Amino acid sequence: MSEENRLEAVERYIKGEMNPDERVAFEQLRKSDADIDQLVVEHTFFLQQLNRFGKWKKFRSLLQVVHTDLAEQGSIRSTRLQGKARIVYLFNRYKRVGSIAASIALLTTLCISAIIWIFSPPSPHSQFEELNKKFTQLEYKTSKQATEIDQIKRSSAIPVDMPFTTGGTGFIIDPRGYLVTNAHVVNGAHTIVVQNNRGEYLATVVLLDKNRDLAILKITDDSFKGYGSTPYSISKKAGQLADPIFTLGYPRNEVVYSQGYLSARTGFDGDTLSCQIEINANRGNSGSPIINRRGEIIGILNGRQANAEGFAFAVQGKYIYQLSDSLRKADPSYTIRINGRSAISSLDRSEQVKRIQDYVYMVKVN
Amino acid sequence: MKPYQNEQDLLKGLALGDKQTIEIIYKDHYNLIQSLILNNNGSADDAKDIFQEAMIVLYEKVRSGRFELNCQLKTYLYSVSKRLWLKKLSTNNHFVSTGVELEQSFPVEEEVEAHERRDAEFDMMEKAIASLGEPCKSLLEAYYLNKQNMQVIAAAFGYTNADNAKNQKYKCLVRLKKIFFAHYKNGTDHE
Repeated sequence: MSEENRLEAVERYIKGEMNPDERVAFEQLRKSDADIDQLVVEHTFFLQQLNRFGKWKKFRSLLQVVHTDLAEQGSIRSTRLQGKARIVYLFNRYKRVGSIAASIALLTTLCISAIIWIFSPPSPHSQFEELNKKFTQLEYKTSKQATEIDQIKRSSAIPVDMPFTTGGTGFIIDPRGYLVTNAHVVNGAHTIVVQNNRGEYLATVVLLDKNRDLAILKITDDSFKGYGSTPYSISKKAGQLADPIFTLGYPRNEVVYSQGYLSARTGFDGDTLSCQIEINANRGNSGSPIINRRGEIIGILNGRQANAEGFAFAVQGKYIYQLSDSLRKADPSYTIRINGRSAISSLDRSEQVKRIQDYVYMVKVN
Repeated sequence: MKPYQNEQDLLKGLALGDKQTIEIIYKDHYNLIQSLILNNNGSADDAKDIFQEAMIVLYEKVRSGRFELNCQLKTYLYSVSKRLWLKKLSTNNHFVSTGVELEQSFPVEEEVEAHERRDAEFDMMEKAIASLGEPCKSLLEAYYLNKQNMQVIAAAFGYTNADNAKNQKYKCLVRLKKIFFAHYKNGTDHE
């Protein structure tokens, strides 16, 4: 009898799944074979242990859910120290380490950027493939369509049979209706519609940065209600190699989850604006948020290498902050407030995804 | 919250892992524990960890069928949290300020120690399961922790039938037991 079969018999015996004849035979065996007897005792203990572990684990994740919910509702005092108190606390805690780290970082950055600047070859951009969907049969536009579109834009309601030619993904960075997506998704767009299971809204581009391949959209639709605050934050840090990450995007007409890890801290051909991630990305994933396990967005997926499968590139999250700063400078009426602390840091992956998916939109472009 | 006036009812709800009950206890007592931790060199994250650990101590207690606290729920959570926090501070070699509102305390040393032993065991189990790798990890979690039916598991993991999934499951279980007991015996030798 193999080890697995023996274990199966013991487990069925403990769980009372044996029929009476089997049971009698097994009890005989147990009396005559001390090893089997020992295995029964040991396995009973192990199953109890496993069972208690399961309950404990469930209870712990329930506590996290309750904590997050109550903190969001404001039923318990906010989880962080506010204003001055927090700064004093952080300063005292990190002043020594911080100053050493800062000087080392500065030195390293200077050396590395000098080396990269000297040695980097010109990049072969033809290998880079943008991940926006192209519905080829719709790509040509007749002048008739163009006039139709102009009419539609004036009417400000979403037309019923609008032919969308490309698309991608975008996500909310400010709960009043500001989204981020890739510049290549919305470049040259006449009409932009964003859609998820909350609804379908018209949006316009407020800022386009082709160098960094980022764009900020604003939902202009009157029917858009806004949110409380985003559950995730946007991290200014690039993250560590091998950090597990996941993404939500719209390669199909439905939100799709996939997971992977951070595989290099620079992007395509040594590009320092972006990083490389090992993830299954498809057309339509452009603009998807790349989220770490603490529920912080560390990047925006923007493309993959044409001749390689399984990995993709992402623009680093800190450029979202730069983009919103430059938007404020260009037009002070736009002030984007980005959540700096994730409210879902200690939740299970599935709970995190549940909370994030309402904030991720399919971006449809004509 | 009329039906929960009685603390014993709350504890019974907690033993069943009822979410609403947890929310009520959380709302009523979290702020007190947070100020205890914040006033004693702790951060908000520490407060959250300590409070949740105290909740687990309470949960383990009521799950073993003891609903008699011999003191108020608030006093119990406060005493356990304080004990846990003092232990944590002293392991981190911090200066421990004594006499922090001692009058409110209730003796909980034994329970906290029992909790630490259990915690170490659960930790061992968690590490053992994590070291199995996929698909063993998910397979065992689905069956033993989430109590899913073998047919459902076979379909979800892409096995052709429940018997194949079952065979695989036992192979994984043999591995898990080996890892767990290797650590478990080491752990108990040290004590």
